[in-house]
Amino acid sequence: MNLDLPLIWAGLIAISVLLYVLLDGFDLGVGILFPFARSPKERDAMMNSIAPYWDGNETWLVLGGGGLFAAFPMAYAIIGPALYAPIMLMLLALILRGVAFEFRSHGRKRGKRFWTAAFAGGSLAATLAQGLVLGGFIQGIAVRNGAFAGGAFDWLTPYSLLVAVGLVAGYALLGATWVIWRSEHQLHDDARRWSVFAGLATAALLAAVSLATLVVHPRVAKVWGFTGEGFDSGVFLPHLPIPLLGLAGFALLAWGLWKRSHHAPFLGSLAVFFSGYIGLAASFFPNIVPYDVPFRTAANETGALGFMLVGVAILLPVILGYTAWVYWIFRGKVAADAGYH
Amino acid sequence: MGDLDALVLARLQFAFTIAFHIIFPSFSIGLASLLAVLEGLWLTTRREVFRNLYLFWVKIFALSFGMGVVSGVVMSYQLGTNWSVFSTAAAPVIGPLFAFEVLTAFFLEASFLGIMLFGWKKVGPGLHFTATVLVAIGTLISAFWILSANSWMQAPTGFAILPDGKLIATDWWAVVFNPTFPTRLAHMALAAFLTTALAVGGASAFVLLRDPDQPESRMALRMAIGMFAIVAPLQLVIGHTSGELARHHQPLKVAAIEAYWKTGPDQPQSLIGWPDRKAGKTHGEIAIPGIGNAIQGVSRDTVIQGLDAWPREDWPVVGLIYWSFRVMVGLGLAMIGLGAWGVWHVYRGGPEASPWFLRASVLMGPMGFVAVIAGWIVAEAGRQPWVIYGVLRTRDAVSPVGAGQVSVSLLAFMVIYAIVFSAGAIYILRLMARGPAPHEEAPTPEDRAPGSPLAVAGEDQ
Repeated sequence: MNLDLPLIWAGLIAISVLLYVLLDGFDLGVGILFPFARSPKERDAMMNSIAPYWDGNETWLVLGGGGLFAAFPMAYAIIGPALYAPIMLMLLALILRGVAFEFRSHGRKRGKRFWTAAFAGGSLAATLAQGLVLGGFIQGIAVRNGAFAGGAFDWLTPYSLLVAVGLVAGYALLGATWVIWRSEHQLHDDARRWSVFAGLATAALLAAVSLATLVVHPRVAKVWGFTGEGFDSGVFLPHLPIPLLGLAGFALLAWGLWKRSHHAPFLGSLAVFFSGYIGLAASFFPNIVPYDVPFRTAANETGALGFMLVGVAILLPVILGYTAWVYWIFRGKVAADAGYH
Repeated sequence: MGDLDALVLARLQFAFTIAFHIIFPSFSIGLASLLAVLEGLWLTTRREVFRNLYLFWVKIFALSFGMGVVSGVVMSYQLGTNWSVFSTAAAPVIGPLFAFEVLTAFFLEASFLGIMLFGWKKVGPGLHFTATVLVAIGTLISAFWILSANSWMQAPTGFAILPDGKLIATDWWAVVFNPTFPTRLAHMALAAFLTTALAVGGASAFVLLRDPDQPESRMALRMAIGMFAIVAPLQLVIGHTSGELARHHQPLKVAAIEAYWKTGPDQPQSLIGWPDRKAGKTHGEIAIPGIGNAIQGVSRDTVIQGLDAWPREDWPVVGLIYWSFRVMVGLGLAMIGLGAWGVWHVYRGGPEASPWFLRASVLMGPMGFVAVIAGWIVAEAGRQPWVIYGVLRTRDAVSPVGAGQVSVSLLAFMVIYAIVFSAGAIYILRLMARGPAPHEEAPTPEDRAPGSPLAVAGEDQ
């Protein structure tokens, strides 16, 4: 049996990062929306809607990082030093927001206010940091002899800042549409309003990021058919379903908001994220560190990949099964005045 | 020199973040098992005292687990940011162990924790108990993989070194079940159970000093005494076995622990003193001559290698290891004493009647954590200057990043950890001081099913 192990592992890492972005995306989005809530009670309900899941959601980030370490150590060793500052910022922000889930309910007056702010600020900072990581990644990393060879602030450019702001809008959209699905009454109506703003901002910023990527990065532009000489529709057409999926996502979002559907806006937002993610993946393939390290070069040796694949083949379906089961158990609306007695 | 600074700072950052992190797993491993036992007892006996204890300690578990998760995510990314050369070289061998830890343990714990905390009324008692047991198993599986990886770094086996310096596994069985691993895993698991038993005993004793009739705390104190009375002596045996393995695989570490400066037969047993690495001797040492060899389990005329058998550049920091080891062993002996004292009181009818025993229990409450950290210093600092013993030096493992970035992030970690962990300690200590209530409630968020009559009634208020 000849399995293409590096390709399988590239796919597995891509899937775990995608799951992370979608799942922690909506719960980080809930934190980003915290300042717009009407009352502490509304914030309690928002937090309760994600409390049973956030830890499992964040585990996909650990799998993405740990998987990269195990399956593509060279990529891990290049990306870590290259994006040092935003990764550290993300970790610090995730610490503050992670403990806020428990601490907020134990804090008294000032303590509770502090952890409310830490949850909102931590969610926002973690999202910005992830956007900077993503932006720094898309724009390319300087590599020489299999190690990072750039400067400490190479990641900080107008382009990466634009990506970071775009990710904030996107996560806010995921969060707002999640709250529509899981809440009722006043909070539900508020979330609908937030979704409109976040949806418009996401559409505008996604368009801006896409254009900027094509303009700033000719190698990506080439993948999408924009060669130096002009537009090559033969190269573009196979990629057409990706932007179409994004448009369909936005259409589902707008339709769901218009029809006052409870779950269609969230599904629409997920589709938008999914298309953006696939679009990115298509832009760098087969590089795992843009634009000098193809995934095959960075891959671990076959024995290690095979050893891990046995585990993944058995465990991943089990994990997906019980994750879905946990979501099922805590289905349904959270009461807006949950903590009220 | 710039590289050296980044190295020192990266080591400081790792030591700082792991010292904080290890507190939480060593507490949550033991606490998760205690919770599984408590819930099992509640389901079989239906005695309210077990239900209340469960719902009380699960709140402390949630606080501790949350801090363990966030400080653990940091550890997994630090390998890439600060130790990228180590990552490239060692990932082919220990990468899969970390991946298996995520797949077999982290997802299990994270998913079923949600049910454990918030599912008290959402799922049936059998399923809830299953969730608690799965979380407890998850914490032990996690210890399995991380101790396997760490023990491999102490005594690497089952690998080959490629011409480009990368390592490659030749025998996965030998990698996972490396020679010191089973003993070190047992040592760590027992340390976690001891730490939890001392903390639970200390918190219960604190409540009993105020209210000797508090039924939940009386029960918890007895359970804790039972635990550390059995585990503390057992730990002495396992710890000794672990030391014998170290003598075989890392004789230099043992030489540092015991401050054997010179190679020779009939080594003395150093009790206390001030090891001086520069002078190569221990100042003000109190030692018992003639028994060092016996404690190492070899005959008196056997030659035991002293530090002088290795070049100085390979020596670890002798004083730190010497003292950490004595703190760990001293606390271990104190735990055995407390256990014997507690059993005597239980036999006599009531530990809660003895204020001196209760005070001693409160004092010993946090000592498990101190012993765990001291033990880890012995293990980790004792491996230096190697990150993978005999294979890769720590100074060759560090990332190509500037000292500026490492120092700024170290400072930021210190500030954030100071805020987070002091708040966490306050919340946990506040709960411990309050003690379990007669009708302990399940944690928020709301465990009433949406649309249930109670939930609707809640809206009308």
